[in-house]
Amino acid sequence: MNIIAFAEQRDGKFKKFAHETVQAARKAADALGGTMTAVVIGKNVSAIAPGLGAYGAARVIAVEDDRLEFYSTTAYSKAFSDVVSREAPGAVFFPASQMGKDLAPRVSARLGAALAPDCTAIRAEGGDLIATRPVYAGKALAEVKVTTPVKMFSLRPNVFTATAADGAQAAVETVKPELGENDFASKVTSVKVSEGRPDVTEAGIVVSGGRGLKAPENFKLIEDLADVLGAAVGASRAVVDAGWRPHDEQVGQTGKTVSPSLYIACAISGAVQHLAGMSSSKYIVAVNKDKDAPIFQIADYGIVGDVFDVLPALTGELKKTLGK
Amino acid sequence: MKIVACINHVPDTETKVKVGADGKTIDPAGVNYMLNPYDEYAVEAGLKLKEQYGGETIALSLGPDANKETLRKALAMGVDKALLIKDDSVRDSLSLARAIAEELREMKPDCVLFGKQSIDYYDEQVPGLVAEFLGYPSVSVAVKLEAKDGNVTCDREIEGGHEVVETSFPVVISAQKGLNAPRYPSLKGIMAAKTKPIEERQAKPFPSGVEVLGISKPPAKSAGKIVGTDASAVPELVRLLQEEAKVI
Repeated sequence: MNIIAFAEQRDGKFKKFAHETVQAARKAADALGGTMTAVVIGKNVSAIAPGLGAYGAARVIAVEDDRLEFYSTTAYSKAFSDVVSREAPGAVFFPASQMGKDLAPRVSARLGAALAPDCTAIRAEGGDLIATRPVYAGKALAEVKVTTPVKMFSLRPNVFTATAADGAQAAVETVKPELGENDFASKVTSVKVSEGRPDVTEAGIVVSGGRGLKAPENFKLIEDLADVLGAAVGASRAVVDAGWRPHDEQVGQTGKTVSPSLYIACAISGAVQHLAGMSSSKYIVAVNKDKDAPIFQIADYGIVGDVFDVLPALTGELKKTLGK
Repeated sequence: MKIVACINHVPDTETKVKVGADGKTIDPAGVNYMLNPYDEYAVEAGLKLKEQYGGETIALSLGPDANKETLRKALAMGVDKALLIKDDSVRDSLSLARAIAEELREMKPDCVLFGKQSIDYYDEQVPGLVAEFLGYPSVSVAVKLEAKDGNVTCDREIEGGHEVVETSFPVVISAQKGLNAPRYPSLKGIMAAKTKPIEERQAKPFPSGVEVLGISKPPAKSAGKIVGTDASAVPELVRLLQEEAKVI
């Protein structure tokens, strides 16, 4: 089975999950005895395309057009679907990123190719691909297979590995998309970048705070710890609903799902809705006064103590240890 | 303006999931259902557009009779009409979106609103599928929506920021938390919703493209190590994170 991987770039840089998608597609194609081609869309993207070789792409199709500098749902759908139609692969891999989750359904409808979204594992079996995906906010795992002729999968960021091999460069084919004015029925006209800390879904480390912090200004303790670790700041639903923190920091069933390598839950009791959003983190640390808090049931390391006492000490110790 | 909010009836967020006897769906026993939380933002956005443009708001839900409860909630919030596309089968998103698009094609709405995803299967793909089937532009995970004449400007959430998207009616928009503050149904609204008719049509069948082979509970994580009870445990915690977990 031949596989196409959508390699997402923004501002002329590949996202980490683009590398994850390409490498997962490479592994799946190898297991099924097929080829893997990466596709990148944007302005002047042929310049960055060779770098995907390090992640297993021997061949990259660079779809270039100055009008594609910013994302456009409609134009990207048309341009990418056209490549997929020409290449006629057996499967297409997307990242389950904000762009991938927007793009993949439209491509799915265009091509009549069903999509298994937000997969956390994909394995080859009997010449087919079987995907594992969390459902009910991670309270259950579904094993699924796609039965349409072209099978599409999107991959949860931070779950699949991306290891760069030295020196490999991909061969790049540059194509110009056939796009008319109508294909830009929706388009991004500007991007507002949040300054400062990384996004909770992309960060390797997330430090989250809950209602036990007692007041919004006490989130300074969370921010200080996050900054010494280069981490993102997360929040429980309670503190977002109380207006202490912005919506885009909320982790849980009605917020973001995160899979960092380290999740530090501070003064968060661990309601089932919160656990749903972070239980796939590789290591979990909990700091909470209440020894019976459910968060301790899933934490790898816990301190049953007061955040006002523990967090300043932890920030100080890390500053020392990490030489900051 | 004709505004349709597509809403779903989902297990509430407190639900403790048990695998059903078929091994492919959850055991429905003891599960309470609710209006999908993100869909409240979609309904509110629809009501606001009607305040701005006039016209009518319609809540549409595809599913069994039980979905009427969720349609009544939308009626109580103030939508003009409710439509149940009746369906007792289990569908994947592709099949569901085809059936919804089939209905919408006849209704010719100016704006179709969804919650960004249902909190049951977490597919987050029906809005985009429906938009493509209708040939409408779409904006997903909208956290801001401004309409002027025929033009629509949305902020959509991306990693580490927002994209500003410009498009025009007719359009499909999926709502993210933060788009607005959904209104609480008034007592009058709740009373009126009880007697408002819910129109029913039979959903058209379409094949599914994703087959569920089985569902299971994720492997239970065992509780870890309690390192201490105050700040004196911090050096040991840092040591574990560096030497055992190797994450910092």
